[in-house]
Amino acid sequence: MNEVANSHSVPDQPTTPEEITRRRFLEKLCIGLSGICAAILGIPLVGFVVAPIFRRTTGKWISVGKVTDYEIGKTVSVTITDPSSLPWAGITAKNALWLRRVNEGEFIAFSVNCTHLGCPVRWLQDADLFMCPCHGGVYYFDGTVAAGPPPKPLIRYEVRTANGQVQIKTMEIPITTTL
Amino acid sequence: MKRLIVGTWRWLDDRLGISALIGPSLKHLVPHDARWWYVFGSATLLAFIVQVVTGVALAFSYASSSSQAYETLEFITNQAPFGRFLRGMHYFGASAMVLMVGAHMAQTFLFGSYKFPREMDWTTGVLLLAFTLVMGFTGQLLRWDSTATWSVVVAAEQAGRVPFIGNFLAQFILGGTTIGGATLSRFFAIHVFIMPALIFLFIGIHLMLVLRHGIAEPPVAGMVVDPATYRVEYEERMRKTGRPFWPEGAWRDFVVGTGLIVIIALLAYFVGPPKLDAPPDPSNLIADPKPDWYLLWYFALLALIPPQLEGYVMILAPVIIGILLLAAPMLNNRGERAPSRRPWSIAVVLLSVIMIGSLWIVGASSPWSPNFDPPPLTEKVIGATSGPVFEGARVFQAKGCLNCHLISGDGGRRGPDLTYIGDTLSESDIIIRIVNGGVNMPAFGNSINPNELKQLTAFLQARKRPMPAGLETTHR
Repeated sequence: MNEVANSHSVPDQPTTPEEITRRRFLEKLCIGLSGICAAILGIPLVGFVVAPIFRRTTGKWISVGKVTDYEIGKTVSVTITDPSSLPWAGITAKNALWLRRVNEGEFIAFSVNCTHLGCPVRWLQDADLFMCPCHGGVYYFDGTVAAGPPPKPLIRYEVRTANGQVQIKTMEIPITTTL
Repeated sequence: MKRLIVGTWRWLDDRLGISALIGPSLKHLVPHDARWWYVFGSATLLAFIVQVVTGVALAFSYASSSSQAYETLEFITNQAPFGRFLRGMHYFGASAMVLMVGAHMAQTFLFGSYKFPREMDWTTGVLLLAFTLVMGFTGQLLRWDSTATWSVVVAAEQAGRVPFIGNFLAQFILGGTTIGGATLSRFFAIHVFIMPALIFLFIGIHLMLVLRHGIAEPPVAGMVVDPATYRVEYEERMRKTGRPFWPEGAWRDFVVGTGLIVIIALLAYFVGPPKLDAPPDPSNLIADPKPDWYLLWYFALLALIPPQLEGYVMILAPVIIGILLLAAPMLNNRGERAPSRRPWSIAVVLLSVIMIGSLWIVGASSPWSPNFDPPPLTEKVIGATSGPVFEGARVFQAKGCLNCHLISGDGGRRGPDLTYIGDTLSESDIIIRIVNGGVNMPAFGNSINPNELKQLTAFLQARKRPMPAGLETTHR
């Protein structure tokens, strides 16, 4: 193997100034062309992969039933379908929220995501508490933290009533950030 | 026939240069006393090969679509020939890979094998450990059941805590602002293309470095590493006492590797793959997402750290641990290698194992989580069939107290065991705790009426240790 390789080899060190200049130019040419190739492939790749970060989805008002469907003082789970989901999302386009009818015309809608790490909180009707299965976060009926590690109250959806319908403004999964 | 085969091989070997390429690697000299402690690296490699083979097979039927992945997994598990077995192999292969890479790392650390000139052997190994854990986590997500989808949310929330760019990272993980069509395919690409490519690359570099620097000998007290002389001394020792890797060093790798594959296959056949949870419906709130066993300790850590330290532990701790691991050989790359002369190295490994093991055990039971389905208290446990104590027991269950507190072995473990609370707290103490709450306990003052409070207090006051039979009679 080595003998074969050696028979094709050329001196490592260039012998003339012209040779030095030529080789340096060719080195730089190859490196530059590699950079261009990498950019041609890399820019669309990175742009495609990180595109979801910059895709802004604006909340849309959707109806979740008649006002009279909900009992005053009760908190119930409501299933919605994300109107901005991709066509192949299937079952994952569904989402849930906790909706509480406070009085005749007032509703509160909570995200189901615990503000600690996003797990789905469950409502215990008789206890008037939301409990998180993951790390033991507990919230009062108004979403304020009752116990456990959650750093802030449950996030609320915008909710309104119109034409006898309860409407929710969809939103993204609430992410608890630090800075 | 034999002549034909030999002739063909010689022709191919001449044209392809196989022997010339691989021969020196196979025949490289290894320490004569490098025996069973040295099998973990090859075992990790073999586990990875199992993952590649079974992963490729599973990919033939797996659809990385948010709407179909779950159904394809059900098909693979319940209908496809060998599907259940292959899923089991893939799961236990992942477990074996995590265990073996951990054992390999511990052995390398204890033997001081990361010291000069093998610093980069260690560093590339640390990166391979990280890649293995990423593979484990993303692999669990590809199961794409209810636990997987909620685990993606948990991962996004953790990423969200990174200062300044947290929200961007979270959206990158989710593939948008919610779970949906773009989520699963991202993890599929990461799990099937990006991470395996990185692992192949770094295994190649790792093996190249092993060949370049040789395998470190078992440490001997007093035989110190001096960068000025180590290479010459090592070469000299290898010339005198080294053995060719093939077959004198390799046979143990083959024995252990075969045993490993047999164990993985037996577990896959008899235990089977992890059961699929409910379908990935984010509106199904009856979910209890937990990571697979190899990350359960981290899950426990996030539950147990004080909330005020959480941000640091969640973000800074992995960064600091990663930097320390990567920098370990730069901090100390010479001197003694023997564990007996480096007792702190034994302490580090033992403490790590104890810490991860303890967190793992507590993570498996996760006592901080409420018990959402406690069995109702029986009349025998309540000690009454009517009256305030009986009614108080009903309040205890209705108000969610039983979700967090144990009574005679039933209930949750999030709060204190209240089986004998009547022996330690007075009536007023009990009322104050219920109304105002306490450490990690909600206040029920606004959600309990006076009658319920009275009944609940009566029930809790009645939770006393039974008196010994003789005393009970005397007392009466």
